Amino acid sequence: MSDADGAPSAIRAHNLCRHYTMGDSVVRALDGVSLEVRAGERVALVGASGSGKSTLLHLMAGLDRPTSGSIETQGRDLASMSSGDLAVHRRSTVGMIFQAFHLLPRMSLQENVELPLRLAEVARDDRPSRVREALDRVGLAARARHRPGELSGGEQQRAAIARALVNHPSILLADEPTGNLDSRNGDEIMRLIGSLNESLNMTVVLVTHEQRLAAAFAERIVVLSDGRLAAQGPPGDPALEALR
Amino acid sequence: MKANDLIELAGRNLRESSFRNSLTTMGVAVGVASLVAMLSLGAGLQGLVTSRFDRSGLFNTIGVFTARDFRGMERGQRRSGVLEASVRPLDAAARKEIAALPDVVEVYPEIRLLTDVSFGDRSLFTSVSGLSPSARQNEAFENMHGHFFSSPDAPEAILHVDFAREILAPANASGDTFSLPAGPGAAAAPDVSDAQLNSLLGKQIILHYGERVPAPPPAPAPRAAKAAHADHLRAASSSAGASPADSSAADDSDTVSFSVVRRDQPLRIVGIVDMAPYAGITASSTARVFIPVGLAEKLHPAMASNLRDIMQARPSSSEDYSALIVRVDDPARVQPTQDALKGMGFRTFSLLDATKSLRRVFVILDLFLAIFGSVALVVASLGIVNTLVMSVLERRREIGVLKALGASDADVKRLFFVEAGVMGVAGGAFGVLLGWLIGRAINFGTNIYLSRQDLPHETITLLPLWLIFGAVAFAVVVSLLSGIYPAARAARLDPVQVLRYE
Repeated sequence: MSDADGAPSAIRAHNLCRHYTMGDSVVRALDGVSLEVRAGERVALVGASGSGKSTLLHLMAGLDRPTSGSIETQGRDLASMSSGDLAVHRRSTVGMIFQAFHLLPRMSLQENVELPLRLAEVARDDRPSRVREALDRVGLAARARHRPGELSGGEQQRAAIARALVNHPSILLADEPTGNLDSRNGDEIMRLIGSLNESLNMTVVLVTHEQRLAAAFAERIVVLSDGRLAAQGPPGDPALEALR
Repeated sequence: MKANDLIELAGRNLRESSFRNSLTTMGVAVGVASLVAMLSLGAGLQGLVTSRFDRSGLFNTIGVFTARDFRGMERGQRRSGVLEASVRPLDAAARKEIAALPDVVEVYPEIRLLTDVSFGDRSLFTSVSGLSPSARQNEAFENMHGHFFSSPDAPEAILHVDFAREILAPANASGDTFSLPAGPGAAAAPDVSDAQLNSLLGKQIILHYGERVPAPPPAPAPRAAKAAHADHLRAASSSAGASPADSSAADDSDTVSFSVVRRDQPLRIVGIVDMAPYAGITASSTARVFIPVGLAEKLHPAMASNLRDIMQARPSSSEDYSALIVRVDDPARVQPTQDALKGMGFRTFSLLDATKSLRRVFVILDLFLAIFGSVALVVASLGIVNTLVMSVLERRREIGVLKALGASDADVKRLFFVEAGVMGVAGGAFGVLLGWLIGRAINFGTNIYLSRQDLPHETITLLPLWLIFGAVAFAVVVSLLSGIYPAARAARLDPVQVLRYE
């Protein structure tokens, strides 16, 4: 499964819908989105609040199920997977980072990073080296025994990235990773994610509402509006500029 | 997630809210302690009663009779010559066969005779029984004056205290020979001191009895070694109207024929007991003088059953036993042994049914105690539900993160189950300890009271191994059941909603 450039497809969504029922009305969070992300590609999902970008990210992560349509990773349709298989997908194929970091405050950094290894039932003897490798990659090896509350926001997000990387996923899903950071720390995090994409050939899907950040980071920008795919193209594409 | 990771994470979570979880665990502990205290009281009382019965020999003893002797035999059948002829005699061969049965540890004849016993110049009519060596375990001999028989056939006697008091009492004004009620306690005996009772030890009494001598007796000749004098009585039974001349011939045609020769047997008093030991099905509980069963057998005393055989013209020999007492090693083996004895053609009697009734009573008592004891544990289980539900509400974000990182619904459910189980194990273990301490306190208090009443100390509560493990297992099961709802609630949490709003 590859596109015209020859790169295999990492994620393929076809006519994806996610509708919620709220009382008598139906909210169409995603409504017929079709999208393909190539392996190793850097894609930014942008759009206004409520446009459906986070919903699309959650469907890619297997945290949610589509109302209709299909979404495939590694040739398997997440829509038809059991909840157990979706859990396996989350711990082996994708890594997620969030705006609020979501580190567990009562655990040290190394324990936070070890958590996905516990869930994936990685042998105990192999875990310390894997944790050290992940923390090294984000430059936090020296802070391994610190708790999240003892770190700055930028450091916490780097620790969250280490946690997302520790199981060697092929796809990194980042939901507003700089939303809680100042611009300097935000730029630093984006540089880190960019370097991981290059060094590990990891597919990255970034959700952001910051056009500047999307343009600086992504190879392709996907614009969502009211649950629909409004436009997509490389940064600077006139079609995207027209939507501003 | 692997079990050790689950336990590690659960332990960490429990430590995070250590005060709240400790209180919940204490609730479980109090519940288990109440259950353990109740059941250990039940077990203690049961042990107290059954151990006394076990030591008395009541529950592992079987009385064996010939088929014709048993009450259930119809009178018509009894008189049927064909049936009488087919009845298996309870003789030495049968005794040997019974002794060879599995689980049988002792077989001895039941010997009881109503006869005269003289002490000095006084003669008293009383009941005498043979006691087997195993009767030594009986609690009647725990605080006896003197000691048990030195050998199974020693010419020794143990007296019931009532009998001892009678022989110590001043001579009856009407004469020195009188009858006494056969049973202990049936008549008010004069008070005597321990010193007076002890003064009887080592003294001699004479047992006057009639010895069965096989017919036809030659010209009567008293046994020089055993008898000071002997009066011979020829007892014979055959068909109705038989003349004395027929009786010799009757010996060869399955009738009873023996002589009863009066004998005197000197006995040394070696002990005095306050309560009658149980050593047979019918005899010993009403006897007042006890002699070793081995000695009793050697004496060949004529008993009431021999006269009955004569009167009913039953075929038997002077060597037949009227009844045998069979002791098995375990009360549980009474029934199979009884079945085997019935298979051999004998009738049996045991107190197995009484045992069953007693055990049924204790099962019901234990059940009620367990129900009352469990109430506290049920209340504690509500505490577990409350604690875990609170924990789910507080840890919504953590649960969402775990799911985002790859935890399945089952992983989340198992995590909460393990937390509930850990509280159950800890509460159960601590509860058993607490229950044991309560039991000790009950024992201590009870024994203080018993001491003040001049009664011996007793173990009122018992903590058997099954109760220790059973209580912990029960606490774990109750805790896991309490964890079902919180765990299901945690597993149902939608990570998208949780991560968006937490």
